[in-house]
Amino acid sequence: MIELLAQTCLNAVYAASYISLVAVGLVLIFGVMGVINFAHGELFMAGAYAVVTLYADLHLPFLVAVAVGLVFVGCLGLLMERALFRPLRDNPLGGLVASIGFLMILQALAVLGYGVRMEHIPPATQEVIVFSDKVRLPLARLYVIIASVVLLAALWYFLKRTRFGWALRASAQDPEAAELQGISINQTARIAMFIGAGLAGIAGALTAPLVSVNPHMGHSVIVTAFIVIIVGGVGSLEGAVVASVVYAVVHTFVTTFYDGVIADIVGLSLMLVVLILKPTGLFGSADRA
Amino acid sequence: MLKYLIWPLLAVGLVLLPHGLSFSQQEILVFLTINVLLVSTYRLLTLTGEWSLGHVVIMGVGAYASALYTKEFGVWVPVSMLLGGVTAALLAVLLSFPLFRMKGFYFLIGSFAAGEIIRLLWKRFRDPFGGPKGIKGIDPMPDFSIGIYDFDFFEPVSYYYFAGVVVVVCLWILWRIEKSPVGLTFHAVHWQDKLAEASGVNLRAYRTLAFAIASGFAGVGGALMAHYVGTINPNSFDVEVMVFVLTWAIVGGTGTFYGPILGCVALTVLNEIVLRELGFEQMRPLIYGAILILSILFMPKGLESVVQRLIQPRDKKSDADREALS
Repeated sequence: MIELLAQTCLNAVYAASYISLVAVGLVLIFGVMGVINFAHGELFMAGAYAVVTLYADLHLPFLVAVAVGLVFVGCLGLLMERALFRPLRDNPLGGLVASIGFLMILQALAVLGYGVRMEHIPPATQEVIVFSDKVRLPLARLYVIIASVVLLAALWYFLKRTRFGWALRASAQDPEAAELQGISINQTARIAMFIGAGLAGIAGALTAPLVSVNPHMGHSVIVTAFIVIIVGGVGSLEGAVVASVVYAVVHTFVTTFYDGVIADIVGLSLMLVVLILKPTGLFGSADRA
Repeated sequence: MLKYLIWPLLAVGLVLLPHGLSFSQQEILVFLTINVLLVSTYRLLTLTGEWSLGHVVIMGVGAYASALYTKEFGVWVPVSMLLGGVTAALLAVLLSFPLFRMKGFYFLIGSFAAGEIIRLLWKRFRDPFGGPKGIKGIDPMPDFSIGIYDFDFFEPVSYYYFAGVVVVVCLWILWRIEKSPVGLTFHAVHWQDKLAEASGVNLRAYRTLAFAIASGFAGVGGALMAHYVGTINPNSFDVEVMVFVLTWAIVGGTGTFYGPILGCVALTVLNEIVLRELGFEQMRPLIYGAILILSILFMPKGLESVVQRLIQPRDKKSDADREALS
């Protein structure tokens, strides 16, 4: 029993690590751009397909594939910013609907390019850390955990300690006042979209060998990310990280002890309960509704 | 003159329409008829300013309910279709308690979550919902004859006439509701909520009413579909279908009653005639996505604004003619 609990905890930590990367990116985009990016799950998928192409098909090193995935998906984010969100800046519902359109395009391109079959990607490493007979952690999963801790720490440093991060937070708080201070809104929007999309991309790229990669994988990712950002409070980065951990623990334990569908229902109900009782989430402030 | 001729002409056109089409096109026509009802109910919901992402699941509630009533209790199909609509409306009233504590974006996400939970419940519980495979062998509409025409519901043409009459009646009711004081209050709830509340309008009650009416008629639409196709499963009502409904409403525009219908018909014609005939079937989501983006960027008021622009100058000219004559 103890071993099962320990193993489930390890699984939860792994799930929390990549969910938090996706959710933090989504929150960052919402904070700076004011739109909810429905295509975020498909950005995750795009990162995974970058690894399919470069690592599984072209046999480049795994890390090169992940880096290219990060930059490629970041550039998709820039494209979205320029083509969709900038013209629709005064129309949040329009931005959301446009991102749904972008989602459909990305999904269709993946189907056209790769077909609907699941891609098999050899893991970067087969090694497993064995704690005991029933408690084991594949090294590939450990890499994902380490990568997300490093990335989130780097993001925290960037946002709180650098000039660009300071400008970014300023324009998230009050775009007009920030503009009066000489901060370029377009510039901060570009940075936020590149980082936000890039985080989704790298999460997809890192986990590609560990999940089933297919053109419709984005759906469950975006549902999870929505639950996490609502529970954590829309617009709160710290909330997103904490809620990722909470959600991952709940979901992993319910999956282990009941089944996956029940776990999804529990997760969605958790979100509804938070929406009803405290719509600002665990960490959200009242004024950013 | 034209004004009095347009409705009879439209009616004759709609009656004659299926006879010029192939069998598969007749089937598409049946779905189009049901989708017109669905997208019109969606517009009623948007009148109060709320955009739901659970509307297709609510339609599915009507479909599941009607299918189960006939299967489990042997209810006569037309009655069970009505009961399906009633069930969807009642569920909407229940859902309104948690959902209408939210507004705007939160309502959008909340309705999405509620819809997904319902869909997962269908998926999880084999009894009575049939699990992932859904319900098969749903009783078809019983055949009947009205003297001049024999309804044989294995023929899409017959079902098209039947569904067409039901949908026209539903659309007429929806139209009457919108033009009634209740419908005007829906507008007020959206555009002047503070003022409406100050003059004694119960915002919550009217939002719930709009939600229940829209859901009820969507449920009837779902029941119409279930008894035609004969099989439903959780994936018949997933987010992708919802996105199509959203696309129809946005491309058509939600400012007028005919806007969403126009969007639905235009995109279905484009999809079935252009894409299928040319062999671009796989490109469907791609082209829908592109159309969605282009219309929100360049035609934010939808196709209806184009129609209005076409009608307006002609009205002015006829006014000028009249003045010249007098």
